[in-house]
Amino acid sequence: MSELVSDLDGSGLRLRQESVDARHGILLYLEEVTVTFDGFKAIDNLSLYIGDGELRCIIGPNGAGKTTMMDIITGKTKPDSGRVFFGQTIDLLKLDEPAIARMGIGRKFQRPTVIEPLTVLENLELAMSGAKRFRGLITTRLSGEERDRIDAVLEKVGLTEHSGRLAGILAHGQKQWLEIGMLLMQEPRLLLVDEPVAGMTPAEMDRTAELLRSLAGSHSVVVVEHDMGFVRSIADQVTVLHQGRVLAEGRLEELQIDPMVIEVYLGAGDAYH
Amino acid sequence: MVLPRWLLADRAGLVLLAVLAVISIGIPVLNLLVPPDHPLHLTAYTVTVLGKYLCYALLAVAIDLVWGYMGILSLGHAAFFALGGYCFGMYLMRQIGTRGVYGDPVLPDFMVFLNWQELPWYWHGFDLFWFAALMVLVVPGLLAFVFGWFAFRSRVSGVYLSIITQALTYALMLAFFRNEMGFGGNNGLTDFKDVLGFSLQANETRIVLFVLSALALAGGYLLCRWLVSTRLGRVLVAIRDSEDRARFLGYRVERVKALVFTLSAMLAGVAGALYVPQVGIINPGEFAPLNSIEAVIWVAVGGRGTLVGAVVGAVLVNYAKTWLTGALPEIWLFALGGLFVAVTLLLPRGLIGLLRRREATT
Repeated sequence: MSELVSDLDGSGLRLRQESVDARHGILLYLEEVTVTFDGFKAIDNLSLYIGDGELRCIIGPNGAGKTTMMDIITGKTKPDSGRVFFGQTIDLLKLDEPAIARMGIGRKFQRPTVIEPLTVLENLELAMSGAKRFRGLITTRLSGEERDRIDAVLEKVGLTEHSGRLAGILAHGQKQWLEIGMLLMQEPRLLLVDEPVAGMTPAEMDRTAELLRSLAGSHSVVVVEHDMGFVRSIADQVTVLHQGRVLAEGRLEELQIDPMVIEVYLGAGDAYH
Repeated sequence: MVLPRWLLADRAGLVLLAVLAVISIGIPVLNLLVPPDHPLHLTAYTVTVLGKYLCYALLAVAIDLVWGYMGILSLGHAAFFALGGYCFGMYLMRQIGTRGVYGDPVLPDFMVFLNWQELPWYWHGFDLFWFAALMVLVVPGLLAFVFGWFAFRSRVSGVYLSIITQALTYALMLAFFRNEMGFGGNNGLTDFKDVLGFSLQANETRIVLFVLSALALAGGYLLCRWLVSTRLGRVLVAIRDSEDRARFLGYRVERVKALVFTLSAMLAGVAGALYVPQVGIINPGEFAPLNSIEAVIWVAVGGRGTLVGAVVGAVLVNYAKTWLTGALPEIWLFALGGLFVAVTLLLPRGLIGLLRRREATT
């Protein structure tokens, strides 16, 4: 019972002390991963490596397996086969969602998912790492150090003046930034960001690009995005997924002249600009 | 007196606590000190009815904690209320001693009637007040924990969870109806004489039970209010509004749910334990699915997710029930159903929501 109570966040002490070992420059390994849903191979023998501090964009037509891939990394879906490692040592397939989150993988959903009846500040407080043990939860106060951490993130995502407002009345773009801020409160090593600029104005897109670029280096950032202009503005390294596997990988300029990529994706339809 | 910030910010709660303080003093005065022929005199019957409302209000607060803040619509909370009631009823049964119809010093009347020779093992210890009081918390809490552990781990939620909680209380009702269960079958436990040596018929005892109910409600309210103002309270809201977000932030949602569900069941158990000595009987009818649904309606009427609304709803709806079932008994269920539909359509935030809106516009 005492373990149960002290472990509401779900990470055993053993896992907390184990730190991510990215000595070989690779933070995330997906190797030969396959997932089948009712006979349909959503992910088909996918191998993908994300470097430490890298900003990687993942593109691909609908049904290419982008969201399923995120589900696998964050523990929501377990693959039929394959290996998923965080650093050299942490086998993500053995962990569930809260444990993976606590290991340092933050996930932003496609639809902005902030807690609307809470203020911006309370949303960030909710996400704060280290506050999730039982004793940390049974408090109504913020310590000075916690307040400083929240202020730093507020500044980073540009919501300092809005800290006392309810998240529900923020503009769409501000909600997206707040959610990114919540991920940052978790002090993650890896950020998975699903379509961050869908529905944003051009000005909001520019700020988001700037924000994500500023996070790369100290974090690895994986962005799934449809908007080619946005992809061009943030990433050098782009992975094209198609039918659950990697079709091509490289710089966007190279990919855009790759006949195979053009055939399955870039040339298809008018949705991409 | 310095009040903590979380309480100072809760104006409606302070009003509620003040009202509870006033009635805890005023009602004993009106009953004990005002002479019986005076128009302001309150009869022991009225005091008991009011005490009953306070027990219902505590049950409503317990439901609001899990429904209003965590989004779990339990349609089986009356089960925890009834279990708390049965635990305390067992103590009261054992206090009867030789004063029962059959005069058996150990066995309650219904056991003698069933030709049982000795007390079933699970009745042992219930002659001790402290043991029974402990069981009032432990039995509902344990059931809620085991139930919650499995249900939440399997990620049963929404309507499915509500249906399972209905099944839970229905199953308990059927079980308690059976004489072989050893809880008095469909007659339940009744004919109580005294508690801790004080006669349950005495005016003074009834007053004390009333005041204890008010204190329990105040305590339960404060506990819940404090809980929802902590970080854990915000986690509950996160679970209610976006369970996945909470999970991907690193919270083990099913554990939080099981823990808070257990706490809520314990509060419901306390409410049941205070209810039984006041009404003088506990029978399997208390497990009826309708009772749980009624309690949810109290919360909806008052305004869910406010705690104070739960109290207001419980008292008002039960007052209406007392009045209507006296005046026009056949329409009560229709009125209740109509009330639920009306509140859901017209007042989604309940009576408290209405007050808050007034306040915001003026």
